[in-house]
Amino acid sequence: MKLSLRINGAARQVEVDGDTPLLWVLREELGLLGTKFGCGAAFCGACTVLMGDVPVRSCSLPVSEVGDGAVTTIEGIAGREAMAVQRAWIAGDVPQCGYCQSGQIMGAIALLKATKRPTDSDIDQAMSGNLCRCATYVRIREAIHAAARDLEGPR
Amino acid sequence: MIVRLLMFVAALGLVATATAQQPDQARSIALFREAGKVLQSPRCLNCHPVGERPTQTDRMTPHVPFVVRGADGHGPAGLPCNACHHAANYAESGVPGHPKWHLAPASMAWAGKSLGEICQQIKDPARNGGLDMPALLKHMAEDSLVGWAWAPGGKRTPAPGTQAEFGATMRAWAESGAFCPPD
Repeated sequence: MKLSLRINGAARQVEVDGDTPLLWVLREELGLLGTKFGCGAAFCGACTVLMGDVPVRSCSLPVSEVGDGAVTTIEGIAGREAMAVQRAWIAGDVPQCGYCQSGQIMGAIALLKATKRPTDSDIDQAMSGNLCRCATYVRIREAIHAAARDLEGPR
Repeated sequence: MIVRLLMFVAALGLVATATAQQPDQARSIALFREAGKVLQSPRCLNCHPVGERPTQTDRMTPHVPFVVRGADGHGPAGLPCNACHHAANYAESGVPGHPKWHLAPASMAWAGKSLGEICQQIKDPARNGGLDMPALLKHMAEDSLVGWAWAPGGKRTPAPGTQAEFGATMRAWAESGAFCPPD
């Protein structure tokens, strides 16, 4: 089926089976390789993208359900929360191998859009679906706190 | 003498009334026990958990990844149910779906409860989402998220029977007095 998708602010046309996971459309049809395949079953969060402000596991979303939803991948992040997260990630040297990090960053942005000053518990609950085999969880949590503090600064 | 006769007749009347009610009560409880086969199936209990975490699969193992109820039953801020659960069951990832996917409120916790406790909860508008009996019966018989239990997709065992049969059983239970099992 022919579909018109809104990806990172631009209209993109694809012709794929409607049952194809959004993840594979992003990676194989559109060449957006920042979104990773981890488990293919919505367990690990590596494939997280934003639909509007909602973090979505793109491996478990058939592309036919995307409709006119605005999809943001790691390549297209922008805005205050995204920039604060980016700064905090660099300052905290968060990634180790890095494979899961695009999903972690998308999850962190979504959390900060929903909760301006998350507690440890808020972070643990929101980020529990993003697994990191290098176990960088402590640095991820600290970076989210740092990004939240950054966002409270002068606009 | 007349007074004693009247008392005897009154007592007979009470016995007759009790005898007349007994079959309906037993039938009502039997009907609820039948409906309980649905209510206590994993398809229902997984999303009516005691505590903050749902369970999953026929074995009712803790939900993976770790998720909690959140303020409104749709998951916590930053990890809503619809991060993974979309409009329909998705064979490609094995993730079940429905447009209204969410957890039942804590007041409707069924997992680990006896059928009698579930029955009392289900009839109580203060704990069942404010539903009176007609609304409750309609919810059970027609709600499409309830109906997901009979079309769960994947290897999940559907709830017993059909939603129509379940709805008819619940209606018969209500019409027979909506009595609850004692246990």
